[in-house]
Amino acid sequence: MADESLPLPRARTGKLVERPSRLTRALRESGPTVAAGLAVLALWEISVHAFGISKFVLPPPSMIIASMIRDFPYLMHALAFTAGITIAAFAAAVVSGILGGLLLTLHRDVERMLWPYAIALQVTPMVAIAPLVIIWVGLDRVWLGLMILAWLVAFFPMLANTVQGLKSADRGLQDVMSLYQASRWQRFRHLQLPAALPYILTGARISSSLAVIGGVVAEFVAGSGSSTGLAWVIVESGTMLDVPRMFAALFILSIFGLAIWRLTSMVQARLLSRWHESELGGER
Amino acid sequence: MTDMTPGAQPVMRMQSLDKVYPNGTVALKKLSLDVYPGEFVSLLGPSGCGKSTALKIAAGLTGHSAGRVQRPGEDEAKGIRARAGDIGFVFQEPNLMPWLTVFDNVHLPLKLAGVSRAEARADIAAILDTVGLGGFRDSYPRELSGGMKMRVSIARALVTKPKLLLMDEPFAALDEITRNKISQDLLELWQATGSTVIFVTHSVFESVFLSNRIVVMAARPGRIIGEIGVAAPYPRDAAFRVSPDYTAHCRDVSALLTRAMES
Repeated sequence: MADESLPLPRARTGKLVERPSRLTRALRESGPTVAAGLAVLALWEISVHAFGISKFVLPPPSMIIASMIRDFPYLMHALAFTAGITIAAFAAAVVSGILGGLLLTLHRDVERMLWPYAIALQVTPMVAIAPLVIIWVGLDRVWLGLMILAWLVAFFPMLANTVQGLKSADRGLQDVMSLYQASRWQRFRHLQLPAALPYILTGARISSSLAVIGGVVAEFVAGSGSSTGLAWVIVESGTMLDVPRMFAALFILSIFGLAIWRLTSMVQARLLSRWHESELGGER
Repeated sequence: MTDMTPGAQPVMRMQSLDKVYPNGTVALKKLSLDVYPGEFVSLLGPSGCGKSTALKIAAGLTGHSAGRVQRPGEDEAKGIRARAGDIGFVFQEPNLMPWLTVFDNVHLPLKLAGVSRAEARADIAAILDTVGLGGFRDSYPRELSGGMKMRVSIARALVTKPKLLLMDEPFAALDEITRNKISQDLLELWQATGSTVIFVTHSVFESVFLSNRIVVMAARPGRIIGEIGVAAPYPRDAAFRVSPDYTAHCRDVSALLTRAMES
C-alpha cells in the first residue's frame, strides 16, 4: 500500500531556502488527500468492473458522476434546502448556546436550576421527539420542524463548551482583574470572554457537523415527501432503485459537511491565530 | 536612599494581622509591618511562612481575620478606599493575557480605568522602553521568553504609577543569569521612579542584593522574627555581589533565617 511517489514530510529543522508560494503550499497540503481519494475511486471503479458487481448494489464512480451531472439541478435544489436548514440551525445553536452559557454562568443557582434540564435535552434521542415537533409546527411548515430538530442536536455542544470556557479563566488573570477593581462587566469582557473563545470555537466546530447530521436525520424521520432536501433524495431514489443517484446525493452531503467543517476551522484559525497554542503549529 | 525621616507617614501599614483559614490553619499571627516611602523591603522566609499571603492581604486580593491594614490613599475614618492602580502587583507568574499584545497587556490597567489607547500611547511606549521591550510592543506573550514576559508584567504594574509596588517572588522561575540582570534593572527602575517596593522572596542573596530592609519570617504560624537593614548604597551592581559587605549581610540574614527555621 505504501506509495513511494508521495513525498515524505520534510524535517522541521530542514532549511527552506525559499518560502514556498501559497499555491505550492496548498498543493503540498491537499495533494496527498486528493491523491488518496482518487486512488480509492480508481480502485472502486476497477473492482466494480472486474468483479461484475451489480449497479444496484454498488454503482461505479463513473455512473455516480454521470448521475450527478444528469440530475444536477434537482440535486442542487435539494442541497440548497438542506444547506438552508443546516446553516439556520447552526446559527441558532451558536447564538442560543453562547447566550445560554452566559445565563448558566451568571450564578451558581441558575446553573443548578437549568443545567440538569439542558442535559435531559441532550440525552433525549432526537428521533424520538421528531414526530412530535413535526406535528407541532404543522405539515405545511415541515422546514421549521427540521430546523428545530437540527438546532436541538447542535445546541448542546455549543452550550457545554461555552459554560466550560467561561469558567476556565486562569486564577492568576482573575487576580489581575481583582487588583484593578474590574467591574463584573469588565471582567467578562476582558477576561472571561476571550478566555472562553477557544472553547466556544471548538463547540462551534462540533455543533456545525452535528447540525448537518441533525438536519438529515430529521428529514428522514419527517419523510412523507413534504420535504425536499438531500435526505429525501436518498429515500426517494432508494424506493426507485436509482442507486447511483443515492450515492450522488450522499457524496454531495459529505462535500457539504466538509465545506462547513473547513469554514469553521478557518474562522477558528483566524480568531486564535497568534495567541493560542492550538493554532501555532510548527511556528515555535 | 530611604526617606525615613522621623514622623514620615508610612505608605503601607499592617497592624497585628491574623489570617486564619476556614480549616483552622493559622497562616499569619500578629504580623505588623510599616513600610515608608522610597523603601525597598524584602519579606524573606521559608515556604509556608505566609509571606505571599501577607502580600496578597496588602494588595486587597485576600481578606484577613483580624488586625488593620492601611493601604496608600486609604482612609478608614473617612471611608476612602484605595484607588485602583495605587498598588502595583507583580505575581509569581507573569499573568499576561495571552490574547493581547505586549502593548495591550500594559494598557490593560489603564483601560480598566477608562483611559483609551490613544491617551495612554506615550506612557506605555515610555514604560516599555524603560523595561527594555520597546521593540516588542506588537508581540504576543507566547512569543516572548520567561524574562521578557516578567518585564511586561513589571511594565504593567508600573504603568499606573503606583504608590506601592508589591512583588511576589517574581523572578523565582527565571534562570540565574536572567534573574541577576532583571534584578539590577529593577533597582534602576526603582531608583528612577522613586517608588516603594515590598518584595517577597525565599532567596537570601536576592534579598540582600535588592533591599535596604529585610524582614525575616518564620512559619507555623507565619510571623516576623526579625529584620536586618542593608545600608550599602545604591546603585548596586555586579561588584556589590562580590563585596565583603554583601557577604557579611548574607551571613547575617542566613543566620536569622536559620533561627526562623528552628523556632
